[in-house]
Amino acid sequence: MSAKTSASEAPAKIGESRGERIRRMLSSRTASLVAVLIAVLWTIPTFGLFVNSFRPTDDIRATGWWKMFTEPSFTLETYNYVLYSTSQGGGLARNLINTVVITIPGVVIPVTFAVMAAYALSWIEFRGRNLLYISIFALQVVPLQMALIPLLSFFSRGLSIGGVTIMPAWELSGVQTIVQVWVAHTIFGLPLAIFLLHNFMRELPGDVMEAARIDGASHSQIFRKVALPLVTPALASIAIFQFLWVWNDFLVGRTFGGGLATQPLTAVLGDLAGTRGFGWTRLPAAAFIAIIVPLIVFLLLQRYFVRGLLAGSVKG
Amino acid sequence: MEITDLTDRFGLLLVGLVAFAAVLMALYGIAELASRRNRSKLVAFIFLLPAVLFLAVGLVYPAIRTLFMSFYNKDGSEFIGLDNYHWALTDPSALQTLINTALWIIVVPLVSTALGLLYAVLIDGRRGERTYKALVFLPMGISFVGASIIWRFVYQYNGTGEQIGLLNQLLVWVGIEPVNWLNTFPINNFLLMVVLIWIEVGFATVVLSAALKGVPTEIIEAARIDGANSSQIFWNVTVPSIRSAIIVVAVTVFIATLKLFDIVRAMTRGEHKTDVLAHNMWDQALRLGNDGRGATMAVLLFALVIPVVIYQVYNVRRQQLEAR
Amino acid sequence: MSKTRRLAFLVAATSATALVAAACGAPEEDDDARGAVPDDATDCANYEEYGDLEGETVSIFGSIRDQEADEMTEAWSYFEECTGVTIEYEGSGELEADIKVRVDGGNAPDIALLPQPGLMANFADSLVPASDELTALAEEGWSEDWRGYGTVDGTFYAPPHSSNAKSFVWYSPSFFEDNGYEIPTTWDEMIDLSDQIAADGTMPWCVGFESGGATGWPGTDWIEDIVLREGTDVYDQWVDHEIPFNDPQIVSAFEKAGEILTNEDYIYGGTDTISSTPFQEAGWPILEDGCAMHRQASFYGAMWEGGIEVAEDGDVFAFRFPETNEGDNTMLVAGEFVAAFNDNEAIEATRQFLASSLYHNARLQTGPWSTANQGVDPASATTPINEFATEILTDPDVTVRFDGSDLMPGEVGASSFWTGMIQWVDGEKSAQEVADDIENSWPQ
Repeated sequence: MSAKTSASEAPAKIGESRGERIRRMLSSRTASLVAVLIAVLWTIPTFGLFVNSFRPTDDIRATGWWKMFTEPSFTLETYNYVLYSTSQGGGLARNLINTVVITIPGVVIPVTFAVMAAYALSWIEFRGRNLLYISIFALQVVPLQMALIPLLSFFSRGLSIGGVTIMPAWELSGVQTIVQVWVAHTIFGLPLAIFLLHNFMRELPGDVMEAARIDGASHSQIFRKVALPLVTPALASIAIFQFLWVWNDFLVGRTFGGGLATQPLTAVLGDLAGTRGFGWTRLPAAAFIAIIVPLIVFLLLQRYFVRGLLAGSVKG
Repeated sequence: MEITDLTDRFGLLLVGLVAFAAVLMALYGIAELASRRNRSKLVAFIFLLPAVLFLAVGLVYPAIRTLFMSFYNKDGSEFIGLDNYHWALTDPSALQTLINTALWIIVVPLVSTALGLLYAVLIDGRRGERTYKALVFLPMGISFVGASIIWRFVYQYNGTGEQIGLLNQLLVWVGIEPVNWLNTFPINNFLLMVVLIWIEVGFATVVLSAALKGVPTEIIEAARIDGANSSQIFWNVTVPSIRSAIIVVAVTVFIATLKLFDIVRAMTRGEHKTDVLAHNMWDQALRLGNDGRGATMAVLLFALVIPVVIYQVYNVRRQQLEAR
Repeated sequence: MSKTRRLAFLVAATSATALVAAACGAPEEDDDARGAVPDDATDCANYEEYGDLEGETVSIFGSIRDQEADEMTEAWSYFEECTGVTIEYEGSGELEADIKVRVDGGNAPDIALLPQPGLMANFADSLVPASDELTALAEEGWSEDWRGYGTVDGTFYAPPHSSNAKSFVWYSPSFFEDNGYEIPTTWDEMIDLSDQIAADGTMPWCVGFESGGATGWPGTDWIEDIVLREGTDVYDQWVDHEIPFNDPQIVSAFEKAGEILTNEDYIYGGTDTISSTPFQEAGWPILEDGCAMHRQASFYGAMWEGGIEVAEDGDVFAFRFPETNEGDNTMLVAGEFVAAFNDNEAIEATRQFLASSLYHNARLQTGPWSTANQGVDPASATTPINEFATEILTDPDVTVRFDGSDLMPGEVGASSFWTGMIQWVDGEKSAQEVADDIENSWPQ
């Protein structure tokens, strides 16, 4: 990126009077101030949580986190407890693993199916194509909460129409219930993934596709050899989007994840506070464990995220 | 945690991934065969099959079920026509929920987009731009549950002892009486919105900042030479050039706002007149056990998105016209 | 390396260090109040009647979490060992919603510990009624009042699990003794005592209604305690909505509670702090003689910080909420009920075990707990306050009534009643206005 609109330094410009230059520098100062202010405001709440997660229980209860600087106190006990306690509600390490096991297929499956669907919706002619696309777009807003009970019923009772069993009950138990979570995430992730990928897929150069077609390539070959490589940046950004959603999800994991032992981290976070909420002082440490992984992934992959999103959105 | 906990879970992961790969290969094989015989409709069918199947079971059926349920009573045993809708539009607390939701979907997309744009402009080309961006972008990676815990330490109010919430401590430092923020209507609604805005501004900043870099320098230079001042350039050149990016940001935030549930759930449980549709729907259907009312709230929520869907239909049409 | 990357690595490195540093072995969890399982509960001979359940699994779902859940699972661990059954317990902070999703979704747990009889009534169609053996056990173990709350439309479904005594007032025995204060036995005596304490320069009452999204519930207990002491008839009619919520008798109960709750001379920190003081910590000023009394259930015994002696001759203890009418002997209670959604041999055996005095005795000794089971010895409770509560709960002469807000429909008992209490103590609305509002919210 070049400093094309940079205002951080104010060298004299040709034909600029001294007054204009001062005014420009002043407004640049204000701009800096506002930018720094926003950055600080946006960071402080998370920073407070971070500080609090290392303070002893009694301190969290009694005083604000800023007291850390005047009356320092430090403990790793809360982290130790929430990660490795064998008590009910402790032992988040296990749930952290659940989250990982849930997240990988929870991203891979919907993104794969979405890219297939997006290709068909963008480049294969068939009747009702637009209607189908619009319907899928509209499905984005079906509230997840209303789909929980029917979907759970589908898993645990199977599907039968007029007495004919079309699909038997799944009868999953223990860690197997995680499979239900994969399926649920696939379902809830598809509409947005298809929408974004369709935006992107549609923008692929038509003449390249046409040329491949004239060379005798079939749809499945064009999909694999032409379309897929071209949409990789978009795939990456949508995968990151889905990753964040799955990792941070609460309701899906809670509903489909079987028992406490097989639910993801975010779903059990709130239960740490104990029967009557007396143990809420454990929440900062637990929350920090839950947010640290997506934060790191996010920071590292930010570039891909932006690139893909933008490609889909600039045209709109 | 024991070693079997690990092997069980990762074993399942492995089996799952292998099974998925097998399904994928089978599908692709059939598509390949169909392609060779030039039956493109069959290819489309195979490519769309998994997605459509999943969506039909997991979203279409529940949506239809919800629509029917909204005409039935508490436990679905009796048809009551439009009674639930009558309740939603006349009951004071239901109305409050609708008003709050209306406020949310106006304020949050507007403020998030505007702040994101302002920040993107302010940091554009500045030294350390990436760090600036990353700091504001961070909250996007944080779950709503996590965010609610974070903000609890901002809004917390203590009636008798020392304040542990930052906002009240600031008031104490400047000598003002602390306020019980989350219990105080109507400001509590706006404070909850702040949490969502805090999350969404980063998204807006990043997308808009990238869009800004796509605005050709020549146009801006040309405008400057023509004697336009900064604000004129901003409003007449920059904003129109990134219009579509602004719209995408606003629509995305709009949908996220409509579906917002966790923040209200975790911070106020909808008490003190802070309820919104997506939370009330859950509360009615699951906590209070009133399936009919919950479904009605869901239908209303869906109705609010229809304008966006229509806008999207219009977009698709326009693009097809352009493509011709 | 770019700045963001550097930042990310920095964050990653810091957190990795923290995780490793924290992983210095499982944390020690010791607590004086955690007792041991009694001998007869560890003897497999006592479990023979339940048969051989090798390989069976029973899932139990409840709202009990954390250490309390550990103590509970310990109490049934010998049942598992001796019969071979595996009990999978799961504790949820969102019981009402979670159980609804699971039952409607066809994935109900085998057994649920339901904290609200009202919730049980909602699921009556899905519940398995109690067998004759279980009913016989319940008749042996609990009074008619208690069994009534496990009954829906004449069918008995669920015997109680834990029980809490709610009509308790916490105080500092030494503070009372030093100042020559007597424990009040009637409402009027309690008001006189409050006046005297206030005149002596201490705030008589600590009150806190804050409980996150459930803020206001501690207030409903005040109203329930007072209505109950007007007479059990009024109480039952009120809870069943045979009289409206804004009946004059209920409004006057609000006003009576107001003699304390809205009295600026009585409340520590002022009446305007009530709705924002967390109930968990509300009673703590008693220890510093900041206030003299705090009305909260027996489970409040677990909310005092470590090192504080909760006993009649210790730092803090509780007396029974005084009666209004001479000769009454009432107690407001709460607790869970053991309801089953599925039926098989192992589930039936587990239900019977959970209703046995063998289990209740064992549970009483694995940690702070109280029960209304007639077959237990209150003296084996691990803390004096639980001994006191269990004594009252198992006393057949005490008339018990279940927490009214848990019996009312959710729209009232878990919503408008709470909000009403807040508006009332905040002075936003009068008792009459609040009662009218709540009456209007009662589902038709």
